[in-house]
Amino acid sequence: MKKSSLFGLLALVIRRDLVLAMRRRADVLTTLIFFVMVVSLFPLGVGPEMDMLRKMAAGVLWVAALLSSMLSLGRLFSADYLDGTLEQMMLAPQSLSVLVLGKMAAHWMVSGLPLVLMAPVLGLQFDMPAEALGVLIISLLFGTPVLSMIGAIGAALTLGLRGGGVLLSLLVLPLCIPVLIFGTGAVEAVSTGLSATSHLSLLGALLVFALVFTPWVTAQALRISME
Amino acid sequence: MAINWFKYSAPTTFYGLAGKLIPWFAASSAILFVAGLYIGFAVAPADYQQGEFYRIIFIHVPASILSMFLYLVMAGYAALGLIFNTRLSAMMATAIAPTGALFAFISLWTGALWGKPMWGAWWVWDARLTSELILLFLYLGFIALHASIDDPRRADRASALLAIVGSVNVPIIYFSVKWWNTLHQGSTIKFSGTSMHVAMQQAMFTVLAACWLYAIAVVLARVRSIILERERNTTWINELPEVRS
Repeated sequence: MKKSSLFGLLALVIRRDLVLAMRRRADVLTTLIFFVMVVSLFPLGVGPEMDMLRKMAAGVLWVAALLSSMLSLGRLFSADYLDGTLEQMMLAPQSLSVLVLGKMAAHWMVSGLPLVLMAPVLGLQFDMPAEALGVLIISLLFGTPVLSMIGAIGAALTLGLRGGGVLLSLLVLPLCIPVLIFGTGAVEAVSTGLSATSHLSLLGALLVFALVFTPWVTAQALRISME
Repeated sequence: MAINWFKYSAPTTFYGLAGKLIPWFAASSAILFVAGLYIGFAVAPADYQQGEFYRIIFIHVPASILSMFLYLVMAGYAALGLIFNTRLSAMMATAIAPTGALFAFISLWTGALWGKPMWGAWWVWDARLTSELILLFLYLGFIALHASIDDPRRADRASALLAIVGSVNVPIIYFSVKWWNTLHQGSTIKFSGTSMHVAMQQAMFTVLAACWLYAIAVVLARVRSIILERERNTTWINELPEVRS
Protein backbone atom coordinates (compact mmCIF):
# COMPACT_ATOMS: atom_id res chain seq x y z
CA MET A 1 0.00 0.00 0.00
CA LYS A 2 1.21 3.47 -0.84
CA LYS A 3 2.20 5.72 1.99
CA SER A 4 -0.06 8.79 1.98
CA SER A 5 1.55 11.87 3.41
CA LEU A 6 -0.35 15.12 3.92
CA PHE A 7 0.89 16.62 0.66
CA GLY A 8 0.39 13.37 -1.19
CA LEU A 9 -3.22 13.39 -0.02
CA LEU A 10 -3.63 17.02 -1.05
CA ALA A 11 -2.21 16.28 -4.51
CA LEU A 12 -4.48 13.26 -4.81
CA VAL A 13 -7.65 15.24 -4.06
CA ILE A 14 -6.63 18.04 -6.42
CA ARG A 15 -5.83 15.60 -9.23
CA ARG A 16 -9.11 13.75 -8.74
CA ASP A 17 -11.16 16.94 -8.87
CA LEU A 18 -9.25 18.21 -11.90
CA VAL A 19 -9.83 14.94 -13.76
CA LEU A 20 -13.53 15.10 -12.91
CA ALA A 21 -13.68 18.71 -14.11
CA MET A 22 -11.93 17.82 -17.37
CA ARG A 23 -14.53 15.13 -18.01
CA ARG A 24 -17.19 17.85 -17.86
CA ARG A 25 -15.45 20.61 -19.75
CA ALA A 26 -18.72 22.41 -20.49
CA ASP A 27 -19.13 23.43 -16.83
CA VAL A 28 -15.72 25.10 -16.79
CA LEU A 29 -16.36 26.88 -20.07
CA THR A 30 -19.77 28.18 -18.96
CA THR A 31 -18.20 30.02 -16.03
CA LEU A 32 -15.59 31.57 -18.29
CA ILE A 33 -18.14 32.57 -20.93
CA PHE A 34 -20.32 34.10 -18.20
CA PHE A 35 -17.34 36.16 -17.04
CA VAL A 36 -16.59 37.43 -20.55
CA MET A 37 -20.26 38.18 -21.17
CA VAL A 38 -20.82 40.17 -17.97
CA VAL A 39 -17.70 42.24 -18.67
CA SER A 40 -18.82 42.89 -22.26
CA LEU A 41 -22.27 44.01 -21.12
CA PHE A 42 -20.91 46.98 -19.20
CA PRO A 43 -19.78 49.10 -22.17
CA LEU A 44 -23.17 48.41 -23.76
CA GLY A 45 -24.88 49.61 -20.59
CA VAL A 46 -22.87 52.73 -19.83
CA GLY A 47 -21.76 53.84 -23.30
CA PRO A 48 -18.55 53.54 -25.30
CA GLU A 49 -16.59 56.56 -23.95
CA MET A 50 -13.07 55.26 -23.47
CA ASP A 51 -12.19 57.60 -20.58
CA MET A 52 -15.00 56.29 -18.42
CA LEU A 53 -14.39 52.66 -19.42
CA ARG A 54 -10.71 52.94 -18.55
CA LYS A 55 -11.64 54.25 -15.11
CA MET A 56 -14.15 51.54 -14.30
CA ALA A 57 -12.32 48.60 -15.91
CA ALA A 58 -10.83 47.21 -12.70
CA GLY A 59 -14.14 47.39 -10.84
CA VAL A 60 -16.06 45.76 -13.67
CA LEU A 61 -13.56 42.91 -14.01
CA TRP A 62 -13.52 42.32 -10.26
CA VAL A 63 -17.31 42.32 -9.86
CA ALA A 64 -17.64 40.00 -12.85
CA ALA A 65 -15.03 37.67 -11.33
CA LEU A 66 -16.93 37.72 -8.01
CA LEU A 67 -20.22 36.83 -9.72
CA SER A 68 -18.80 34.08 -11.89
CA SER A 69 -17.05 32.49 -8.92
CA MET A 70 -20.48 32.37 -7.20
CA LEU A 71 -21.82 30.54 -10.24
CA SER A 72 -19.53 27.55 -9.87
CA LEU A 73 -19.54 27.32 -6.06
CA GLY A 74 -22.74 25.27 -5.97
CA ARG A 75 -20.90 22.44 -7.72
CA LEU A 76 -18.04 22.40 -5.22
CA PHE A 77 -19.53 19.74 -2.95
CA SER A 78 -22.87 18.84 -4.53
CA ALA A 79 -21.69 16.05 -6.89
CA ASP A 80 -19.69 14.38 -4.12
CA TYR A 81 -22.63 14.81 -1.78
CA LEU A 82 -25.08 13.18 -4.17
CA ASP A 83 -22.98 10.10 -4.99
CA GLY A 84 -21.84 9.55 -1.40
CA THR A 85 -18.15 10.36 -1.92
CA LEU A 86 -18.35 13.16 0.61
CA GLU A 87 -19.53 10.75 3.28
CA GLN A 88 -16.57 8.48 2.56
CA MET A 89 -14.23 11.47 2.79
CA MET A 90 -15.62 12.35 6.20
CA LEU A 91 -15.18 8.76 7.40
CA ALA A 92 -11.60 8.67 6.13
CA PRO A 93 -8.88 8.67 8.81
CA GLN A 94 -7.18 11.67 7.17
CA SER A 95 -7.98 15.20 8.24
CA LEU A 96 -11.12 16.52 6.59
CA SER A 97 -9.62 20.03 6.54
CA VAL A 98 -6.82 18.87 4.21
CA LEU A 99 -9.32 17.15 1.91
CA VAL A 100 -11.39 20.33 1.86
CA LEU A 101 -8.29 22.41 1.12
CA GLY A 102 -7.58 20.14 -1.84
CA LYS A 103 -11.11 20.63 -3.15
CA MET A 104 -10.79 24.41 -2.74
CA ALA A 105 -7.49 24.43 -4.64
CA ALA A 106 -8.96 22.36 -7.47
CA HIS A 107 -12.00 24.63 -7.59
CA TRP A 108 -9.77 27.66 -7.91
CA MET A 109 -7.72 26.06 -10.71
CA VAL A 110 -10.90 25.27 -12.61
CA SER A 111 -12.93 28.43 -12.02
CA GLY A 112 -10.52 31.11 -10.74
CA LEU A 113 -7.36 30.61 -12.78
CA PRO A 114 -9.10 30.77 -16.22
CA LEU A 115 -10.57 34.14 -15.21
CA VAL A 116 -7.12 35.44 -14.25
CA LEU A 117 -5.73 34.28 -17.60
CA MET A 118 -8.65 35.79 -19.48
CA ALA A 119 -8.51 39.14 -17.66
CA PRO A 120 -5.66 40.75 -19.74
CA VAL A 121 -7.64 40.31 -22.94
CA LEU A 122 -10.72 41.91 -21.41
CA GLY A 123 -8.60 44.63 -19.83
CA LEU A 124 -7.33 45.56 -23.30
CA GLN A 125 -10.94 45.88 -24.45
CA PHE A 126 -11.27 48.57 -21.80
CA ASP A 127 -8.00 50.18 -22.93
CA MET A 128 -6.25 49.66 -19.59
CA PRO A 129 -2.61 50.84 -19.49
CA ALA A 130 -0.04 48.03 -19.22
CA GLU A 131 1.03 48.87 -15.67
CA ALA A 132 -2.52 48.86 -14.31
CA LEU A 133 -3.20 45.65 -16.18
CA GLY A 134 -0.22 43.98 -14.52
CA VAL A 135 -1.41 44.99 -11.07
CA LEU A 136 -4.92 43.81 -11.91
CA ILE A 137 -3.58 40.36 -12.80
CA ILE A 138 -1.59 40.16 -9.56
CA SER A 139 -4.56 41.29 -7.48
CA LEU A 140 -6.81 38.74 -9.18
CA LEU A 141 -4.17 36.08 -8.62
CA PHE A 142 -4.18 36.85 -4.88
CA GLY A 143 -7.89 37.51 -4.57
CA THR A 144 -9.66 34.76 -6.50
CA PRO A 145 -8.34 31.95 -4.22
CA VAL A 146 -9.85 33.86 -1.25
CA LEU A 147 -13.18 33.95 -3.09
CA SER A 148 -13.04 30.18 -3.59
CA MET A 149 -12.17 29.62 0.07
CA ILE A 150 -14.81 31.92 1.57
CA GLY A 151 -17.31 30.57 -0.93
CA ALA A 152 -16.57 27.02 0.17
CA ILE A 153 -17.94 27.83 3.65
CA GLY A 154 -21.19 28.99 2.10
CA ALA A 155 -21.30 25.99 -0.24
CA ALA A 156 -20.86 23.64 2.72
CA LEU A 157 -23.57 25.36 4.77
CA THR A 158 -26.13 25.33 1.94
CA LEU A 159 -25.37 21.75 0.88
CA GLY A 160 -28.49 20.00 -0.41
CA LEU A 161 -30.88 22.87 0.31
CA ARG A 162 -33.60 23.94 -2.09
CA GLY A 163 -32.78 27.25 -3.75
CA GLY A 164 -29.20 26.79 -2.58
CA GLY A 165 -27.66 28.85 -5.38
CA VAL A 166 -29.33 32.17 -4.60
CA LEU A 167 -28.98 31.64 -0.87
CA LEU A 168 -25.28 30.91 -1.35
CA SER A 169 -24.73 34.28 -3.03
CA LEU A 170 -26.66 36.03 -0.27
CA LEU A 171 -24.41 34.48 2.38
CA VAL A 172 -21.06 34.76 0.62
CA LEU A 173 -21.13 38.09 -1.23
CA PRO A 174 -21.10 40.34 1.89
CA LEU A 175 -18.14 38.37 3.25
CA CYS A 176 -16.22 38.90 0.00
CA ILE A 177 -16.44 42.70 0.07
CA PRO A 178 -12.94 43.26 1.57
CA VAL A 179 -11.39 41.24 -1.28
CA LEU A 180 -13.21 43.37 -3.82
CA ILE A 181 -12.14 46.60 -2.12
CA PHE A 182 -8.45 45.73 -1.88
CA GLY A 183 -8.38 44.19 -5.35
CA THR A 184 -9.80 47.24 -7.10
CA GLY A 185 -7.95 49.57 -4.72
CA ALA A 186 -4.60 48.23 -5.88
CA VAL A 187 -5.38 49.04 -9.52
CA GLU A 188 -6.75 52.44 -8.61
CA ALA A 189 -3.64 53.28 -6.58
CA VAL A 190 -1.39 52.49 -9.55
CA SER A 191 -3.44 54.53 -11.99
CA THR A 192 -3.32 57.56 -9.67
CA GLY A 193 0.44 57.27 -9.39
CA LEU A 194 0.62 55.68 -5.93
CA SER A 195 2.18 52.38 -4.97
CA ALA A 196 -0.05 49.30 -4.97
CA THR A 197 2.08 47.53 -2.37
CA SER A 198 -0.14 48.27 0.62
CA HIS A 199 -3.27 46.95 -1.09
CA LEU A 200 -1.52 43.87 -2.39
CA SER A 201 -0.01 43.20 1.04
CA LEU A 202 -3.46 43.38 2.63
CA LEU A 203 -4.79 41.08 -0.07
CA GLY A 204 -1.94 38.68 0.64
CA ALA A 205 -2.73 38.87 4.37
CA LEU A 206 -6.36 37.97 3.61
CA LEU A 207 -5.14 35.05 1.52
CA VAL A 208 -2.95 33.70 4.32
CA PHE A 209 -5.70 34.26 6.90
CA ALA A 210 -8.22 32.44 4.71
CA LEU A 211 -5.75 29.64 3.98
CA VAL A 212 -5.39 28.95 7.70
CA PHE A 213 -8.99 29.20 8.88
CA THR A 214 -11.41 28.51 6.03
CA PRO A 215 -10.56 24.80 5.49
CA TRP A 216 -11.26 24.10 9.15
CA VAL A 217 -14.47 26.17 9.21
CA THR A 218 -15.64 24.50 5.98
CA ALA A 219 -14.94 21.08 7.48
CA GLN A 220 -17.09 22.02 10.51
CA ALA A 221 -19.84 23.27 8.19
CA LEU A 222 -19.76 19.99 6.27
CA ARG A 223 -20.07 18.05 9.52
CA ILE A 224 -23.13 20.14 10.44
CA SER A 225 -24.71 19.64 7.02
CA MET A 226 -24.05 15.91 6.83
CA GLU A 227 -25.09 14.72 10.28
CA MET B 1 -26.96 26.88 49.84
CA ALA B 2 -25.86 26.10 46.34
CA ILE B 3 -27.42 28.19 43.64
CA ASN B 4 -28.21 26.42 40.40
CA TRP B 5 -26.88 28.91 37.84
CA PHE B 6 -28.17 26.87 34.96
CA LYS B 7 -31.74 26.64 36.18
CA TYR B 8 -33.01 29.07 33.55
CA SER B 9 -30.96 27.63 30.71
CA ALA B 10 -33.68 25.06 30.11
CA PRO B 11 -36.62 26.12 27.92
CA THR B 12 -39.04 24.64 30.49
CA THR B 13 -38.10 27.08 33.24
CA PHE B 14 -37.10 29.97 31.00
CA TYR B 15 -40.51 30.05 29.33
CA GLY B 16 -42.22 31.02 32.60
CA LEU B 17 -39.49 33.47 33.63
CA ALA B 18 -39.62 35.23 30.25
CA GLY B 19 -43.40 35.49 30.51
CA LYS B 20 -43.09 37.21 33.89
CA LEU B 21 -40.33 39.59 32.76
CA ILE B 22 -41.84 40.79 29.47
CA PRO B 23 -44.44 43.23 30.95
CA TRP B 24 -41.76 44.90 33.10
CA PHE B 25 -39.36 45.42 30.22
CA ALA B 26 -42.14 46.51 27.87
CA ALA B 27 -43.62 49.02 30.32
CA SER B 28 -40.29 50.60 31.30
CA SER B 29 -39.32 50.77 27.65
CA ALA B 30 -42.54 52.63 26.80
CA ILE B 31 -42.06 55.10 29.68
CA LEU B 32 -38.44 55.79 28.72
CA PHE B 33 -39.38 56.21 25.05
CA VAL B 34 -41.95 58.87 25.92
CA ALA B 35 -39.56 60.61 28.33
CA GLY B 36 -36.58 60.47 25.96
CA LEU B 37 -38.52 61.72 22.96
CA TYR B 38 -40.09 64.49 25.05
CA ILE B 39 -36.67 65.71 26.18
CA GLY B 40 -35.32 65.31 22.65
CA PHE B 41 -38.09 67.13 20.82
CA ALA B 42 -39.32 69.66 23.38
CA VAL B 43 -36.57 70.38 25.92
CA ALA B 44 -33.31 70.10 23.98
CA PRO B 45 -32.35 73.33 22.19
CA ALA B 46 -31.93 73.55 18.42
CA ASP B 47 -28.42 73.01 17.15
CA TYR B 48 -26.83 76.26 15.95
CA GLN B 49 -25.35 74.56 12.89
CA GLN B 50 -27.93 71.93 11.96
CA GLY B 51 -31.12 73.62 13.19
CA GLU B 52 -33.98 71.27 13.98
CA PHE B 53 -32.81 68.52 11.66
CA TYR B 54 -30.32 67.13 14.12
CA ARG B 55 -33.15 65.78 16.32
CA ILE B 56 -33.34 62.63 14.22
CA ILE B 57 -30.14 61.44 15.88
CA PHE B 58 -32.17 60.69 19.02
CA ILE B 59 -33.53 57.72 17.09
CA HIS B 60 -30.67 57.18 14.67
CA VAL B 61 -27.80 56.79 17.13
CA PRO B 62 -29.54 54.37 19.55
CA ALA B 63 -30.71 52.25 16.59
CA SER B 64 -27.18 52.09 15.15
CA ILE B 65 -25.62 51.19 18.48
CA LEU B 66 -28.15 48.43 19.08
CA SER B 67 -27.88 47.02 15.55
CA MET B 68 -24.15 46.47 16.07
CA PHE B 69 -24.40 45.34 19.67
CA LEU B 70 -27.20 42.84 18.91
CA TYR B 71 -25.06 41.20 16.22
CA LEU B 72 -22.38 40.52 18.81
CA VAL B 73 -24.96 39.20 21.29
CA MET B 74 -26.44 37.02 18.57
CA ALA B 75 -23.03 35.63 17.59
CA GLY B 76 -22.29 35.06 21.29
CA TYR B 77 -25.46 33.04 21.79
CA ALA B 78 -24.78 31.19 18.53
CA ALA B 79 -21.30 30.26 19.77
CA LEU B 80 -22.71 29.10 23.12
CA GLY B 81 -25.24 26.94 21.32
CA LEU B 82 -22.61 25.47 19.02
CA ILE B 83 -20.06 24.77 21.75
CA PHE B 84 -22.21 23.61 24.65
CA ASN B 85 -25.06 22.28 22.55
CA THR B 86 -27.72 24.09 24.56
CA ARG B 87 -31.12 24.39 22.94
CA LEU B 88 -32.05 27.74 24.44
CA SER B 89 -28.93 29.58 23.20
CA ALA B 90 -29.71 28.72 19.59
CA MET B 91 -33.32 29.81 20.09
CA MET B 92 -32.12 33.12 21.54
CA ALA B 93 -29.82 33.71 18.54
CA THR B 94 -32.74 33.07 16.19
CA ALA B 95 -34.96 35.40 18.21
CA ILE B 96 -32.43 38.26 18.19
CA ALA B 97 -31.80 38.29 14.41
CA PRO B 98 -35.05 39.99 13.25
CA THR B 99 -34.76 42.72 15.92
CA GLY B 100 -31.16 43.38 14.95
CA ALA B 101 -32.10 43.59 11.27
CA LEU B 102 -34.93 45.99 12.17
CA PHE B 103 -32.56 48.30 14.04
CA ALA B 104 -30.05 48.20 11.17
CA PHE B 105 -32.84 49.15 8.79
CA ILE B 106 -34.10 51.98 11.04
CA SER B 107 -30.55 53.23 11.34
CA LEU B 108 -30.13 53.35 7.55
CA TRP B 109 -33.56 54.90 7.02
CA THR B 110 -33.13 57.67 9.59
CA GLY B 111 -29.57 58.21 8.34
CA ALA B 112 -30.95 58.84 4.85
CA LEU B 113 -33.57 61.25 6.23
CA TRP B 114 -30.86 63.14 8.08
CA GLY B 115 -28.47 63.08 5.12
CA LYS B 116 -30.87 64.76 2.68
CA PRO B 117 -31.03 68.17 4.44
CA MET B 118 -27.46 67.94 5.78
CA TRP B 119 -25.44 66.54 2.90
CA GLY B 120 -27.95 67.25 0.15
CA ALA B 121 -28.14 63.56 -0.74
CA TRP B 122 -30.17 60.62 0.55
CA TRP B 123 -27.17 58.40 0.42
CA VAL B 124 -23.42 58.95 0.41
CA TRP B 125 -20.89 56.14 0.25
CA ASP B 126 -19.58 56.99 3.68
CA ALA B 127 -17.68 54.29 5.55
CA ARG B 128 -20.22 54.08 8.35
CA LEU B 129 -23.24 53.96 6.06
CA THR B 130 -21.67 51.29 3.90
CA SER B 131 -20.68 49.06 6.79
CA GLU B 132 -24.16 49.44 8.32
CA LEU B 133 -25.63 48.30 4.99
CA ILE B 134 -23.33 45.28 4.95
CA LEU B 135 -24.37 44.53 8.53
CA LEU B 136 -27.98 44.46 7.36
CA PHE B 137 -26.97 41.99 4.61
CA LEU B 138 -25.29 39.78 7.21
CA TYR B 139 -28.48 39.75 9.32
CA LEU B 140 -30.57 38.90 6.26
CA GLY B 141 -28.19 36.10 5.32
CA PHE B 142 -28.48 34.63 8.81
CA ILE B 143 -32.29 34.78 8.72
CA ALA B 144 -32.45 33.36 5.18
CA LEU B 145 -30.14 30.46 5.97
CA HIS B 146 -32.08 29.60 9.11
CA ALA B 147 -35.39 29.80 7.27
CA SER B 148 -34.35 27.57 4.38
CA ILE B 149 -33.24 24.58 6.48
CA ASP B 150 -36.16 22.43 7.62
CA ASP B 151 -34.39 20.44 10.31
CA PRO B 152 -34.25 22.84 13.30
CA ARG B 153 -31.09 21.32 14.73
CA ARG B 154 -29.15 21.68 11.49
CA ALA B 155 -30.62 25.16 10.96
CA ASP B 156 -29.42 26.26 14.40
CA ARG B 157 -25.92 24.91 13.94
CA ALA B 158 -25.44 26.09 10.35
CA SER B 159 -26.63 29.63 11.03
CA ALA B 160 -24.58 29.72 14.25
CA LEU B 161 -21.45 28.97 12.25
CA LEU B 162 -22.41 31.69 9.77
CA ALA B 163 -22.92 34.21 12.59
CA ILE B 164 -19.49 33.42 14.03
CA VAL B 165 -17.78 33.71 10.63
CA GLY B 166 -19.64 36.99 10.14
CA SER B 167 -18.53 38.39 13.49
CA VAL B 168 -14.90 37.60 12.65
CA ASN B 169 -15.40 39.33 9.32
CA VAL B 170 -17.13 42.46 10.67
CA PRO B 171 -13.92 44.26 11.76
CA ILE B 172 -12.19 43.35 8.47
CA ILE B 173 -15.15 44.70 6.52
CA TYR B 174 -15.30 47.84 8.64
CA PHE B 175 -11.64 48.71 8.18
CA SER B 176 -11.57 47.84 4.50
CA VAL B 177 -14.58 50.07 3.89
CA LYS B 178 -12.99 52.84 5.93
CA TRP B 179 -9.75 52.75 3.95
CA TRP B 180 -11.61 52.46 0.67
CA ASN B 181 -13.64 55.53 1.59
CA THR B 182 -10.70 57.70 2.64
CA LEU B 183 -8.99 56.92 -0.65
CA HIS B 184 -11.93 58.28 -2.58
CA GLN B 185 -13.04 61.37 -0.72
CA GLY B 186 -12.26 63.45 2.31
CA SER B 187 -14.07 62.99 5.58
CA THR B 188 -17.67 64.10 5.62
CA ILE B 189 -19.43 66.17 8.27
CA LYS B 190 -18.63 64.80 11.67
CA PHE B 191 -20.92 65.16 14.64
CA SER B 192 -18.85 66.12 17.65
CA GLY B 193 -20.24 64.18 20.58
CA THR B 194 -18.07 65.83 23.20
CA SER B 195 -19.58 69.30 23.05
CA MET B 196 -23.16 68.15 23.27
CA HIS B 197 -25.75 70.00 25.28
CA VAL B 198 -26.78 68.23 28.52
CA ALA B 199 -30.40 67.86 27.43
CA MET B 200 -29.28 66.30 24.16
CA GLN B 201 -27.17 63.78 26.03
CA GLN B 202 -30.02 62.97 28.40
CA ALA B 203 -32.44 62.46 25.50
CA MET B 204 -30.00 60.23 23.63
CA PHE B 205 -29.21 58.02 26.60
CA THR B 206 -32.86 57.76 27.61
CA VAL B 207 -33.89 56.64 24.14
CA LEU B 208 -30.92 54.26 24.04
CA ALA B 209 -32.09 52.64 27.28
CA ALA B 210 -35.64 52.50 25.91
CA CYS B 211 -34.45 50.76 22.72
CA TRP B 212 -32.44 48.36 24.83
CA LEU B 213 -35.43 47.42 26.98
CA TYR B 214 -37.63 47.18 23.90
CA ALA B 215 -35.13 44.77 22.30
CA ILE B 216 -35.10 42.60 25.42
CA ALA B 217 -38.90 42.53 25.65
CA VAL B 218 -39.35 41.66 21.97
CA VAL B 219 -36.63 39.02 21.98
CA LEU B 220 -38.14 37.37 25.07
CA ALA B 221 -41.59 37.36 23.48
CA ARG B 222 -40.18 35.87 20.29
CA VAL B 223 -38.18 33.23 22.12
CA ARG B 224 -41.36 32.19 23.95
CA SER B 225 -43.07 31.64 20.61
CA ILE B 226 -40.09 29.66 19.33
CA ILE B 227 -40.14 27.49 22.48
CA LEU B 228 -43.86 26.85 22.03
CA GLU B 229 -43.34 25.89 18.39
CA ARG B 230 -40.34 23.66 18.90
CA GLU B 231 -41.56 21.87 22.02
CA ARG B 232 -45.17 21.54 20.96
CA ASN B 233 -45.11 17.75 21.28
CA THR B 234 -43.95 17.73 24.90
CA THR B 235 -46.25 17.24 27.85
CA TRP B 236 -45.24 20.39 29.74
CA ILE B 237 -46.35 22.56 26.85
CA ASN B 238 -49.67 20.79 26.64
CA GLU B 239 -50.22 21.30 30.37
CA LEU B 240 -49.72 25.09 30.17
CA PRO B 241 -52.94 26.95 30.98
CA GLU B 242 -52.73 29.16 27.84
CA VAL B 243 -52.28 26.10 25.62
CA ARG B 244 -55.06 24.04 27.21
CA SER B 245 -57.74 26.67 26.95
